[in-house]
Amino acid sequence: MSKTQISQELHGILAEFANPGELYHAAQAVNKDGFRKFDTFSPFPIHGMDKAMSIRKSKLGWIVLGHGLLGLTGALSMMYFMMVVDYPINISGKTFMNVPAWIPVTFELTVLLSAFGAVFGMFFLNGLPQLNHPLFSSENFKRATDDGFFLCIEATDPRFEADNVRKMLKKLGASNVEDIYEE
Amino acid sequence: MSTATTAQQAPYIEEPLVKGNHTFASITKLITDLNTRPTPKAWYVAFGIANMVFMLMLVSIAYLIWNGTGIWGLNNTVAWGWAIINFVWWVGIGHAGTLISAILFLFRQDWRTAINRFAEAMTIFAVFCAGVFPAIHVGRIWVIYWVFPIPNQMAMWPNFNSPLLWDVFAVSTYLTVSVLFWFVGLVPDLATLRDKVTSKTSKIVYGILALGWRGSSRHWWNYEKAYMILAGLATPLVLSVHTIVSFDFAVSVIPGWHTTIFPPYFVAGAVFSGFAMVLTLMIISRKIFGLKDIMTDDHIEKMNIILMVTGTMVGFAYMMEFFIAWYSGVEYEKAIFILRATGPYAWAYWIMIACNVISPQFFWSKKLRRNVGFTFVISIVVNIGMWFERFVITVTSLSTDYLPSSWAYYSPTMWDMMLYIGTFGFFFTNFLLFLRFLPMVAIAEVKAIMPEANPHNYDVKGKYVEPKQPEPPKLQPVAAEA
Repeated sequence: MSKTQISQELHGILAEFANPGELYHAAQAVNKDGFRKFDTFSPFPIHGMDKAMSIRKSKLGWIVLGHGLLGLTGALSMMYFMMVVDYPINISGKTFMNVPAWIPVTFELTVLLSAFGAVFGMFFLNGLPQLNHPLFSSENFKRATDDGFFLCIEATDPRFEADNVRKMLKKLGASNVEDIYEE
Repeated sequence: MSTATTAQQAPYIEEPLVKGNHTFASITKLITDLNTRPTPKAWYVAFGIANMVFMLMLVSIAYLIWNGTGIWGLNNTVAWGWAIINFVWWVGIGHAGTLISAILFLFRQDWRTAINRFAEAMTIFAVFCAGVFPAIHVGRIWVIYWVFPIPNQMAMWPNFNSPLLWDVFAVSTYLTVSVLFWFVGLVPDLATLRDKVTSKTSKIVYGILALGWRGSSRHWWNYEKAYMILAGLATPLVLSVHTIVSFDFAVSVIPGWHTTIFPPYFVAGAVFSGFAMVLTLMIISRKIFGLKDIMTDDHIEKMNIILMVTGTMVGFAYMMEFFIAWYSGVEYEKAIFILRATGPYAWAYWIMIACNVISPQFFWSKKLRRNVGFTFVISIVVNIGMWFERFVITVTSLSTDYLPSSWAYYSPTMWDMMLYIGTFGFFFTNFLLFLRFLPMVAIAEVKAIMPEANPHNYDVKGKYVEPKQPEPPKLQPVAAEA
């Protein structure tokens, strides 16, 4: 935007590509070149991008498993405490520890806690909510949620060198290369 | 001979899911324009009507709390009436949304993306409506918190052996998980809206709701995983919810209720009525909002097939109930089924059969499956039928149980009807707000199923290459025996 920003710290260099195919090949090339701190942005998940960028397997499954086990044991111990320990009531001579009758509630609470784990765990792993981000300063970047395909190499990457990165991105077919500054 | 060869040679063409030469940008525009354009006058009219009907619900609830459940048509024999019928009916309708969003996702049915967003919205609002009934039918509504395990002054806990309590957990879990699932799907689309709206208030509201989503591939990676896990969780959940709803009946000793077929039978019925409701809403909204390129006739045809399959399953369950009643040799069981078909409620029974078993059979014909007007009529007929199914189950079994001297006929009062009609107002108030303020089609998901979204459909230079049609399975001609 204004020239005063040049004195500010560079966040990274953002490049726009025409379509998912170009972005995919660019990500592959950048990854092959040894860059690690880079990311691609697209309005929808692009098939195979994880391999092109060597993204590691998501840890979300373990988070969900932990939550699910918590729901399972939590539900059973809650019912055990309430129905057997704290206030046992004789209901038509049924046993106090009536486990088969507890299955539905156990199941529901396991699913509930697992779903919490899946949703909040996903946002946690993604570092969201994060309402502001240096990339939002680019007017062009608004199209990342519409029909724009972007690749950003961050300045913190050890191999980052502004001029070389710009040149490389242009060579890969980027149509719109711009500098992004920290706020 | 010639017809056989043409059939063999005719290439197998897979119909595109999105029709009408759309680009990513035009899809965004098509859907976000519905939110960003000025509110149409017709919306205000519809919203006003929905609000007035909603008032009927509020008034009948207020009078119920004031006066007690005596205002309903219940009597000593039939102690469960419209409240439970409407509860089961609304919950059942909700199930189609989860089926479309979760089960069809797991089965990789890409056509679901056109309808999943508003089917999920329908689920949530239907569960709202369903939740009203058990909450208010308890009589002393001010102690409804007793259904939750909250420490209280009596030092008592809820009874976890009771199916009614299972229901509390099932329905509240279902509502929570549906809302979460819906919200996760909405986040990328809310980000799209955030970047499209111009007014400051809208920017702030959508900006906060979008949580700062920026479409990063590293985020999408976790996001897709979460979506998959949620679909995997919602699938057994939705089956469990209507199973547990059916336990309200099946875990009792009333003739006609105490059967093991109830859980699958209820789940099939729920999917059946839910798909009918999705069709009703979809046919109206694709017409009003001009979304025929996304919600195509192919979608209607596919849904009609599901309607026919589940309708036939429900019909099979009706038959099976009669068979088991006869096979069990229990007099009461046999009597209740004979009374269902010939007794005082025979009219309701035959409405149910006509609407649920006979009406979906028309969809064996491809022509009728693709007939939008006809589908619309059937979709409403099915939901009438499914309401009568719950009426037949609830009322016939209670009104003529073991002791003939206590048999009684049940009729609803004005308040029963007002409350039921009022929930439609509640539903449509919510639904219209949704249509106005949230993207009614999952924009990101629709883009992702377009062939242009697949990077493997581009060559090394980034030029789009039309994907090849899938090869039809080749049948080897049987070699003539020498």
